[in-house]
Amino acid sequence: MSFVETMIPPQAPPPAPPKAYTLARFVGSVTLGIWLALGVGIFLTVVNGWDPAKFAKYGPSFLSGLGVTLMLVACSVVLGAILSLPIALGRMSKNKIWSWLAYAYVYFFRGTPLIAQLFLIYYGLGSFRPQLESVGLWWFFREAWNCALFTFTLNTAAYQAEILRGSIESVPRGQREGAAALGLPERVAFYKIILPQAMIVALRPYGNEIILMIKGSAIVAIVTVFDLMGETRRAFSRTFDYQMYVWAAILYLLMVELLRNIWAWLENRLTRHLKR
Amino acid sequence: MSGLFAGFYSILAWIGSIVDPFCGPVGVFRWLASGTLLACGDAGWGDEIAYGFVVTASLAIATLPVGLLIGFFVALGKQSEERTVRLASNIYTTIFRGLPELLTLFIVYYGLQILVQQLLASFGYDGPVEINAFFAGMIALGVVFSAYCSEVLLSAFKAIPHGQYEAGAALGLHRGRTMRLIIVPQLVRIALPGLGNLWMALLKDTALVSVVGLPDILRQTGIAARVTKQAFEFFGMACILFLVLAMVSSIIFSNLERWTKRAEMGR
Repeated sequence: MSFVETMIPPQAPPPAPPKAYTLARFVGSVTLGIWLALGVGIFLTVVNGWDPAKFAKYGPSFLSGLGVTLMLVACSVVLGAILSLPIALGRMSKNKIWSWLAYAYVYFFRGTPLIAQLFLIYYGLGSFRPQLESVGLWWFFREAWNCALFTFTLNTAAYQAEILRGSIESVPRGQREGAAALGLPERVAFYKIILPQAMIVALRPYGNEIILMIKGSAIVAIVTVFDLMGETRRAFSRTFDYQMYVWAAILYLLMVELLRNIWAWLENRLTRHLKR
Repeated sequence: MSGLFAGFYSILAWIGSIVDPFCGPVGVFRWLASGTLLACGDAGWGDEIAYGFVVTASLAIATLPVGLLIGFFVALGKQSEERTVRLASNIYTTIFRGLPELLTLFIVYYGLQILVQQLLASFGYDGPVEINAFFAGMIALGVVFSAYCSEVLLSAFKAIPHGQYEAGAALGLHRGRTMRLIIVPQLVRIALPGLGNLWMALLKDTALVSVVGLPDILRQTGIAARVTKQAFEFFGMACILFLVLAMVSSIIFSNLERWTKRAEMGR
């Protein structure tokens, strides 16, 4: 009878088979190479075309344009949030007239381009000058900035009303019934039970809406408001230097990415009780 | 041969003039607006605005396949096993979703102009170069559309269970046929509502191309407004035309959705 006296000594595993050079790898290298080349190209044009005089001249105006953009977006989003409340209530109301009116408002502002609305108000209200003067509102609509703020507020109110309505209606019926079963008054149930749950649902769409507003605000440059885009166009028309657009692109990307990351962090933080 | 094409084109133009909803024999402007500012022909702005309507619609329709195709491949790239492909596609969406559409349009319009000029200069031609606004708008809007489209398609891809790919492999279909016969039909069904929203956004973004001189609805009404000094009426007309486009496309999309869902059980 024979038996094993010694174990086979441990051996290193066989070498991993060489990774096949697939088409996907080739495509990946090429596309990444293109991005890298573009990045380096833009960097080099910026470095080669760097002109301290230009930077000193247009740098501050870019910053002021950035301020105008942020100011416009912040004001219109806040004012739009306030205006969206009655519209969302109208959309949800059982009264046919109110709900139809709110629906028409939302449909109009979501169905037409923001730029057409801006033209309608900035150029269109100019033909009602005598009437506006007699009401005493002409000083407001004379300024392009005010018109832009007005249009953006109306526009974002329509979108925000839909976000609000969608999120409130997404709260399950059982929550409302549970609150009623506990004997909570309707008001308390709304503020303490429905709204907090709705706001968590609405958080992401609100973030998207702010990002859309930042991007959409670029069109005010066409009606002579010198926001970031307006300053860029002015600088480009004076220098014919393509770099100006690169700078604007970088600033816009920075703004949007920053906001997106803040929003992701915020959402993570606020929904941590829902994670398992 | 060219005579044949010319004849074909003139027949098309004749059919177009018959069914033209604005200035044709049964057109809105011809019946309701004759004698006003919106009359057809030299008397009013009806035919100019109708032309703008056609330009807007054709720009959106021409952009759609470009955006869908690029978006499909970017979505494929985002779920690739290769890290480099994923990274490259993510950079693409980050850039083109983060830039304002107007800025993308300017970058494409002026950038292409400079590029073509430099290219031609290296061949020894230095005359002025003008890029077609329609073409630049198609590229810029297509790129923006594809960035959003890739996100929609990616989430639709994630909704398709892995078993579907395995079933395709078990049937002996190779990857391209699995994609074409099994995955894409389901993908369309899942992604259609999202794509409908993107189409609406695209339709509205076409208005931006009027800024670089494309004679679309907004530019034509803008010219009319400047000449006649009746800005409110004409820009209101532009808004109404965009609403008409939105309504028509929402009808088409709800029919499409019904059509793609016809295989599902009624509940």
